Amino acid sequence: MSTATILKLPPQETARLPKRSYLNNEYGLKSWLLTGDHKRIAILYLISITFFFFVGGAMAGLIRLELLTPQSDLMATDTYNKVFTMHGIIMVFLFLVPSVPAVIGNFVIPIMVGAKDLAFPKVNLLSWYLYLAGGAFTLAALILGGVDTGWTFTTPLSTHYLNTHVITAGLGIFVAGFSSIFTGLNFIVTIHRMRAPGMTWFRLPLFVWSNYAASILMVLGTPVLAITLVLVILERAIGIGVFDPSKGGDPLLFQHLFWFYSHPAVYIMILPGMGVISEVISTFSRKRVFGYTAVAFSSVAIAVFGFFVWAHHMFIMGVSNYSALVFSLLTMLVAVPSAIKIFNWAATLYKGSITFETPMLYSFGFMGLFTIGGLTGVFLGSLGMDIHLTETYFIVAHFHFVMVGGMLMAYLSGIHFWWPKMTGRMYPEGVSKLAALVTFIGFNLTFFPQFILGYLGMPRRYAAYPPEFQVLNILSTAGATVLGVGYLLPMIYMTWSLKYGKIAGSNPWQATGLEWQIQSPPLTENFIETPIVDHEAYDYEWLAHQTEHEVQTVG
Amino acid sequence: MHFISPVLWQFLVNWLTHFALFPPEASGIAPYTDSLYFFLVLISLVGMTVVVLLVVLFSVLYRKERNPEATQIEGSTLLEATWTIIPLALFMVTFVWGALLYFRIYNPPTNAMNIYIVGKQWMWKAEHPGGQHEINALHVPVNRPVQLTMISQDVFHSFSIPAFRVKREVIPGRYSTVWFEATKVGSYHLFCTQYCGTLHSQMIGEIVVMSPEDYEKWTNGSTSGASLAQTGERLFASLGCSSCHSGNADAHGPSLAQVYGSKVQMANGSFATVDDAFLRDSILNPTMHQIAGYAPIMPTYQGQVSEEGLIDLVEYIKNLNSNYRVQQTLTTSQVQTTTPAAPAAGQGMVKQ
Amino acid sequence: MDSQAIATQPVHDAHEAHVHAPYLRHHFETVEQQREASSFGMWLFLLTEVMFFGGMFTAYLIYRNWYYPAFVVGSHQLSIVLGTINTAVLICSSFTMAMGVYSAEMKQRKALVGWLLATIVLGFVFLGIKADEYHEKWEKHHVPGLNFSIQEFTHPTNPEEKALPADMAQKTQVYFSLYFAMTGMHALHMVVGISILLVLVVRAWAGAYTQGHMTTIENFGLYWHFVDIVWIFLFPLLYLISRHQ
Repeated sequence: MSTATILKLPPQETARLPKRSYLNNEYGLKSWLLTGDHKRIAILYLISITFFFFVGGAMAGLIRLELLTPQSDLMATDTYNKVFTMHGIIMVFLFLVPSVPAVIGNFVIPIMVGAKDLAFPKVNLLSWYLYLAGGAFTLAALILGGVDTGWTFTTPLSTHYLNTHVITAGLGIFVAGFSSIFTGLNFIVTIHRMRAPGMTWFRLPLFVWSNYAASILMVLGTPVLAITLVLVILERAIGIGVFDPSKGGDPLLFQHLFWFYSHPAVYIMILPGMGVISEVISTFSRKRVFGYTAVAFSSVAIAVFGFFVWAHHMFIMGVSNYSALVFSLLTMLVAVPSAIKIFNWAATLYKGSITFETPMLYSFGFMGLFTIGGLTGVFLGSLGMDIHLTETYFIVAHFHFVMVGGMLMAYLSGIHFWWPKMTGRMYPEGVSKLAALVTFIGFNLTFFPQFILGYLGMPRRYAAYPPEFQVLNILSTAGATVLGVGYLLPMIYMTWSLKYGKIAGSNPWQATGLEWQIQSPPLTENFIETPIVDHEAYDYEWLAHQTEHEVQTVG
Repeated sequence: MHFISPVLWQFLVNWLTHFALFPPEASGIAPYTDSLYFFLVLISLVGMTVVVLLVVLFSVLYRKERNPEATQIEGSTLLEATWTIIPLALFMVTFVWGALLYFRIYNPPTNAMNIYIVGKQWMWKAEHPGGQHEINALHVPVNRPVQLTMISQDVFHSFSIPAFRVKREVIPGRYSTVWFEATKVGSYHLFCTQYCGTLHSQMIGEIVVMSPEDYEKWTNGSTSGASLAQTGERLFASLGCSSCHSGNADAHGPSLAQVYGSKVQMANGSFATVDDAFLRDSILNPTMHQIAGYAPIMPTYQGQVSEEGLIDLVEYIKNLNSNYRVQQTLTTSQVQTTTPAAPAAGQGMVKQ
Repeated sequence: MDSQAIATQPVHDAHEAHVHAPYLRHHFETVEQQREASSFGMWLFLLTEVMFFGGMFTAYLIYRNWYYPAFVVGSHQLSIVLGTINTAVLICSSFTMAMGVYSAEMKQRKALVGWLLATIVLGFVFLGIKADEYHEKWEKHHVPGLNFSIQEFTHPTNPEEKALPADMAQKTQVYFSLYFAMTGMHALHMVVGISILLVLVVRAWAGAYTQGHMTTIENFGLYWHFVDIVWIFLFPLLYLISRHQ
């Protein structure tokens, strides 16, 4: 390419919003709803995911309110069952799975690899519509009277013993599943085929690596969930007998098929979050990620091992002793790459030049909470320990530490981190730090008591519980209130910042990724000239050099 | 205390007196589980401390004000190997420890007394060999290993006694077992921990651990008159089982005396050990449990015998030491083979 | 001049910089890249399809192992003749599809349309025969859940067929459940395929694929062959159990 546009990075104080960007090159609802632009689709996802997050969050609030007292008094037990089922379905399939990949990944991955768009823009848009359709089915199930299978759809309960809208909800998840298949497929092709000249695999930012690993899981795992749900729906609708013990089917087969997806699904959820953490920690310590290769490969290792541990959800269900041994062993192995990541992030801080902006605070929160979440996962992977802990609040706490403490913290970290890039404006730093703190405190207060409750034996999915568990439940509910405030705050100040936020400029964090070398918000085609990459990821010396002399791809 | 509202006061007193942080250790397994638990808690604390310490230390030492220029470091294979190998070693210890515990929890001692559990939406039914039936309660003697053979009539349930640290899924269509040895007299929670529908949270009960004398008294006081084996014998006769499984040399079916626990050769040449599950499955799916040397003529009793009835039959066959009584019943039941009441006979024997 | 200022300047349009093939989407650098990306995407999609059917094949293997006698008699209820004809029909349709791709490559518009139409016809023939088979299953009460009776297996009308004991005969429901699930999902893929073909024919008539850009046809060809291959697995697994006895 020609050495075009030689420019200096502007000082942040004098930054102005660019006249032309992906946000204003076209106007009108239609230009959004029919867009092929990955950035616009990311924004569409952001809006819809936030909506579902708050629906799911409202359900969580109802659950915690009900559990304030030992009796089932706020709701009848079947209402409670519907509420926690909806909470699970919405949060898992409509929030956690798509959140980081479909919002942040969609926005930054093409830019990070130096492409103008994802490989298949129309498929990308289709995947958003599928997501909406899936969400619509799920909401329909909710409005028509709910569904009370639990998000796990355990047969034969879901197929023969309930009169609720299982088929509608099942279809919702089926359709939303294809949305995530298409997202994953798009990412893999983009990362393989659309990298800019010079952008070798080992120059890719770690966020790309972790999304790549998650995409593999999406592409290979989700179809299995799809067919499992099809069989459940067929069994319910016309009565075929693949999982029905009275016809010779085996309900345990359902468990195997379901967890064959749903265990890798937790890595689909957490891996992109880990990618965010790598970016953020590196940026705010102005230092390359310690052991880039190890972190990159640990993502792939998690993805690969993640496929072979599903039966650890079934230790007490009568899998044979020997397969229990194998699955327990593999579960221990899958914990190792996560440990490597945590320590590598900590080592990244060493001799850095650390500042504590909001994304960094969330990332610190992630490191602490994910460590607890991961270690309690080891409790559950250990065969003998699992017997006492599984199906209790311990598992609820563990899951939420990884998913809310880990993944949601990472998501918020990422949203804050890339907010200036997405909107061109800064979020207000002071109040956002407060929100991060409130979230952290509220989270611990909500979920830490649940570990104790779990060891006491309080079963999950109970609308009523013995009175001696009440104190811990009250703490948990109190924490949930704080947590709710912690989530509402960003919602409010982020919206506020759209109009009143400080202008960000192209690289407010002085980060190295290609996405920071272009204007904020970016042009529709991202780059004016295809960038040529001649440096590794997180090369702060290169960045310093750029800042002094030239930035080739600033638009 | 009149400045505190009496309602609030009542709540406070209530909480402070009924406030649990750690479950009672009431079984032989519990201390083993707890020691693994504390080991894991210790590992977690150490791991947590290391991570938090590193993050805090580096954040203080290398904050921008103190260290304006970052030093770029590629990585360190040695360090990375360290924090790969140490966690791996700890996880391996956990794995081995957990596996040993798992086998301890799920392999019952041979002298365990057997109680049958049937789970259904939304109650637990316990069937003692002596013929005592209970709903949502289980009385067991202290210091004696008890094995539970469990099955579900409808959906997945899970039988959990937190104070004993044991739990096992109760599955439709197949027996699962769990065992424990209660070590403390008292009454403990029984929970269904697998979500099973509307009243899941009310599928709870009470485990009553009694001293041997009290247990004796309870057993004598609550028997329904006929032991499971006796009920099973009646069922065995009324279903017409005795006509083929009479133990005579020319019988169509194999003799069942002392068959329990033995190894039998199947029609396809493999060997199988006769246990509760084998007996139950043979009654329901005889074609898949064909014993070598016999024609596949046994009809299925699927849908004709309730789970309780099957338990009775299993218990009867288990205790069948000789064919004497079978042959006795045979002579009497031949008179009544014309009665077509067989299918109904399985019902209606579970009454508390 | 700062970064913001540059955006306001008239940016020279990338599309004018080089001579572009009209079908090159704006976000690809070269036609080659575009072609590679789409075919890679298609292969990945087929991979997800493999996993989709893989779930059912797993179930099939497990149950066939458990309930072998039931699978044998269940399989004997299927018409080997119709199954073979359908296999032949599908293989022919793969041939016509391949010829379609070839004519697109040769830029023969009419031939392409012709081959695609032939593929559609063969697809409909397959579905017709399948529908007839389904109908027959309904008449024989072999549709689990809706209309099922084990009469045929406990008291077979065909004297050569061995009667199954009632408990094993019940297990034929699992066989037929899988039969309907697997062939049903396959037929659904055929229906989707035919629907896409109809669109392709219209666009091919307009000349969309015979001017050098034929990735769509190629990729659809891959899909069609995949659906064909699934049938090649389904046919022996469902129709040909223990036919040699």
